Amino acid sequence: MSLQGKTDMNTTTVTAPGPEFMGLDKIQGPLVVIQGIKDVGYGERVEIVTSSGETRQGRVLAISREAAVIEVFHGTSGLDQEKTRVRFLGRPFEMVVSKEEVLGRIFNGLGAPIDGGPPPFQGQARNVNGLPINPVARAYPEDFIQTGISTIDGMNTLVRGQKLPIFSGSGLPHNDLAMQIVRQARLLTEESNFAVIFAAMGVRHEEAEAFRKSFEESGVLNNVAMFLNLADDPAVERLIAPRVALTAAEYLAFEEGLHVLVILTDMTNYCEALREVATSKGEVPSRKGYPGYLYSDLASIYERAGRIHGRKGSVTQIPILTMPDDDITHPIPDLTGYITEGQIVLDRTLFRKGIYPPVNVLPSLSRLMSDGIGEGKTREDHKNISSQLYAAYSKAKQVERLASIIGEEDLSVTDKKYFEFSKRFEQEFVNQGRDENRSIFDTLDLGWELVMTFPESELVRVTPEEIEKYGKTSHSGNQE
Amino acid sequence: MKQNPKRETPLVSFVSGPVVKASPGHLLSMNEMVEVGAQRLVGEVIGLEGDTATIQVYEDTTGLKPGTEVLGQKMPLFVELGPGLIGQIFDGIQRPLDVLKERWGDFIKRGKTSFALSREKVWRFEPKIQPGSLVTAGTILGQVRETEAVTHKILVPPNVSGEVKRIVPPGNYTLEEVIAEVETQSGLVVPLRMFHKWPVRMPRPYRKRFMPTVPLLTGQRVIDTFFPLAKGGTAAIPGGFGTGKTVTQHQLSKWADADIIIYIGCGERGNEMTGVLTDFPRLLDPRTQRPLIERTVLIANTSDMPVAAREASIYTGITMAEYFRDQGYDVALMADSTSRWAEALREISGRLEEMPAEEGFPAYLASRLAAFYERSGRVQTLSDEMGSVSIIGAVSPPGGDFSEPVTMHTKRFVQCFWALDKELASARYFPAINYLESYSAYVSAVSDWWTEKTGPEWQELRERAVQILQEDAKLQNIVKLLGEEALPDDQRRIIEGAKLIKNDFLQQSAFDPVDTYCQPLKQFYLLKTIMHFIKRLHDIVSARIPLFRAMELPVVEKIHRAKYTIKGEEPEPFLEIMTEIDQQMDALLERSREPTHESSR
Ligand SMILES: Nc1ncnc2c1ncn2[C@@H]1O[C@H](COP(=O)(O)OP(=O)(O)OP(=O)(O)O)[C@@H](O)[C@H]1O
Ligand SMILES: [Mg+2]
Repeated sequence: MSLQGKTDMNTTTVTAPGPEFMGLDKIQGPLVVIQGIKDVGYGERVEIVTSSGETRQGRVLAISREAAVIEVFHGTSGLDQEKTRVRFLGRPFEMVVSKEEVLGRIFNGLGAPIDGGPPPFQGQARNVNGLPINPVARAYPEDFIQTGISTIDGMNTLVRGQKLPIFSGSGLPHNDLAMQIVRQARLLTEESNFAVIFAAMGVRHEEAEAFRKSFEESGVLNNVAMFLNLADDPAVERLIAPRVALTAAEYLAFEEGLHVLVILTDMTNYCEALREVATSKGEVPSRKGYPGYLYSDLASIYERAGRIHGRKGSVTQIPILTMPDDDITHPIPDLTGYITEGQIVLDRTLFRKGIYPPVNVLPSLSRLMSDGIGEGKTREDHKNISSQLYAAYSKAKQVERLASIIGEEDLSVTDKKYFEFSKRFEQEFVNQGRDENRSIFDTLDLGWELVMTFPESELVRVTPEEIEKYGKTSHSGNQE
Repeated sequence: MKQNPKRETPLVSFVSGPVVKASPGHLLSMNEMVEVGAQRLVGEVIGLEGDTATIQVYEDTTGLKPGTEVLGQKMPLFVELGPGLIGQIFDGIQRPLDVLKERWGDFIKRGKTSFALSREKVWRFEPKIQPGSLVTAGTILGQVRETEAVTHKILVPPNVSGEVKRIVPPGNYTLEEVIAEVETQSGLVVPLRMFHKWPVRMPRPYRKRFMPTVPLLTGQRVIDTFFPLAKGGTAAIPGGFGTGKTVTQHQLSKWADADIIIYIGCGERGNEMTGVLTDFPRLLDPRTQRPLIERTVLIANTSDMPVAAREASIYTGITMAEYFRDQGYDVALMADSTSRWAEALREISGRLEEMPAEEGFPAYLASRLAAFYERSGRVQTLSDEMGSVSIIGAVSPPGGDFSEPVTMHTKRFVQCFWALDKELASARYFPAINYLESYSAYVSAVSDWWTEKTGPEWQELRERAVQILQEDAKLQNIVKLLGEEALPDDQRRIIEGAKLIKNDFLQQSAFDPVDTYCQPLKQFYLLKTIMHFIKRLHDIVSARIPLFRAMELPVVEKIHRAKYTIKGEEPEPFLEIMTEIDQQMDALLERSREPTHESSR
């Protein structure tokens, strides 16, 4: 079965029959226009052969009876108007996938191998754009994944099949966090068949290498497929890279039954490439020059996550993006947040205080948390203690602001407790080692320890029974 | 595949995403439904100029080739209205998603599909009129018990009237079968089935419009008591991502006392629709004790589905809502999110190269929004029953900034504004409805209903509570600069009182098994209890007893827990707490009068 209902078993990127034309009518940015074409479809894949014999990939962006507008993935520099040949392949962009030929491999952003091995050819050719999952077929994600990181497990729980991005800023340790998640992530209940798909868009060579090394060190390299579009690779290819990667992920999850964790980094580079193409098409820009369809375009990537009834695997996405100017209202994080099922927000102030991971829990969120936690999944008090920590930390932040005005000494007794709490919360709960793998129970107990510094009348989000059971017994020794 | 098309068929001349052009255009008419290309993709004519028709296609156009045929369907985009709607989930152009799954598997493909409503399913039809009776548009011909919760009235379609020549006896029929024949004045005999078709962009007729005066009770305290919605009214929920629009709409779909819920997931997440599909068959409607799915119709155009169908989904939904209204039902329609619909308009408009107005949105954005909200209302139907459509639209402003075009325009056309607040949401204070920024124009309209239930007290309590919250907001500005300690006790009384209102009344968790839904009288008594405590605080402060003494009384803990522990809406448990408040407060006052006591300085 192939997603488009077409079963070309052996279609690879090599020459295929299709109408071929000579000469370009117009070259503009990453786009070319060609006239006098026939029998070409919208969205079709194109091969462009330069006068020197080099082949580049492209895609039909708009088409009329006489002309086609083509987006060229390797960029248009070096193309000449007369001697360039254009070949229409009669089908959309596809990726051939099979388990054996994808895992343990490294590909470029268009899905061609760059590890010296042969291109996959045994598997199915799948349209890289994928197809929407029928909501009736989806299974609601609710299996808790323990990442060993308190701010995630305790406060913004990740579940299998979720899309949970990391909102970061330049220079913040988002890669370390992502690598730690990959190393530590596991389900509480079972060890399972898993795979990691890593797609890089415009990232530096060292960053991609750091990921590779980390996979190698934790011994999972054979379960990883990397799709690399590096900083010096053509920007337009970034538009295809996440789609190729997700095509592989969907195949592994829904055909091979693997639990697939997909890391997409950096979505900001992706969006910039999209803006570049939109601008050269002369489209009316929306906010900050990004096209009006940025939301829909991003959704066509992020929605490719989840679980399906009757199929074993799952696709869990952790996209990473850097917020321009650390601005969470910038269209890229903003529209991402509107599509994904929460976000983990890294914070420069915490980073400067030397806290790792510098997760600011207040703007962070996991929307699937309430279904993944509680009795039988994590622990019965999880929801309430997490809510109490939120209430306390947000109050503590107000108290910090107040303290900066009237001075710490003039705070009321209770406010002083909040002031103290804030420090301990950041230093002890948020802060942890890059290799520190906390169990969910340790995380919850730590949370209790911190909130028990307050008088009980402040603890309005937990029940008296919970205070009795979890607040008083587990670490009575720790309290002054 | 390419047979020579007959001369008189429009052919595709241009493709760019969902926008397709075809000529000759004179063969098509405005808003006509079409099938495009070899795949027979569903589309709609949205422009005619020169001899070129512009078509928006509701499915992915990848592979579509210029020169292929466009087949006009000779009718505008319509929906099928009849038994089989309830409990179903459709896409934006009313394709039943469960049928699509059977046909194509787990992923949605494209091309022609089956009917929206099953033609095989058999329904038990009971006629309600006799042969010979005169019927007009909207007359009830008979009924079908569609679910335990909903009796589906079979209506004469809005464009038919005349004399009933024949009507079938009670029995089991499919939608294909003719159940009645009506002879019109011109002598034409019109066969009627249990369903009819109606163009989605045309509001359905009714007899007369009324002011909404009956509250649409949602079981959410901040809404029902502070910013009530009325049946037939309109509300908007604007808020940045993650502030609670969807959860609020799910809450309303679960607990609102409407007869029918139409839930439109418009450009939002697939998992959210799946969530409704998993929850609603399990949850019971507190009024009928039947599963919620038995009164719900779902429309899903998730964000990864084609954008043009997103534009249509809103109209598909509102047309169904009007249809149930015409049967004399109170319908509540949720649209999550209207911003995605507006963006679909913008995207299509951009591809049509229209002149953009604010932020790239087309100039007709405001009028489209107005026309949509105008389809709400409480009406007398053509069959002289009372029915209503209430619209609750989520708005997703970029950057959470309410000064953007969709929020601004929506604000002009809705009567309730439930403004969600990022700060509150990040403190996990839910519902994160900002009580200072939100408003409802229905407060006085629904106060008669409350007065009837509770006496004149409701309005008074509500006003006092609002006043305390407003005073508190002012005092908070000082607290921010000087700390709470700096205030005298009579002002701290306001702050403590406001805390009680905020934490023990307004805050309500959607995920707590008890507190997810709060009956109207429970809301009233809970507020009454809290306001009673606040009133008594005044005595404490006047007696110069330190405020914290009162806040340490054991009864305070009871007030905190009341929303979780008291399940019913009977007054007794609340009266008990009020008695305890009095006893403990009196005791405190008593002690302070004893000369030996430290606080009697
Ligand atoms: N009434 C509530 N009770 C408890 N939790 C809530 C409530 N409302 C919202 N939340 C929490 O906030 C999260 C986000 O809410 P929701 O998904 O409704 O946001 P949204 O405004 O629809 O966001 P988006 O625009 O991105 O779709 C939920 O997953 C839930 O954890
Ligand atoms: Mg939402």
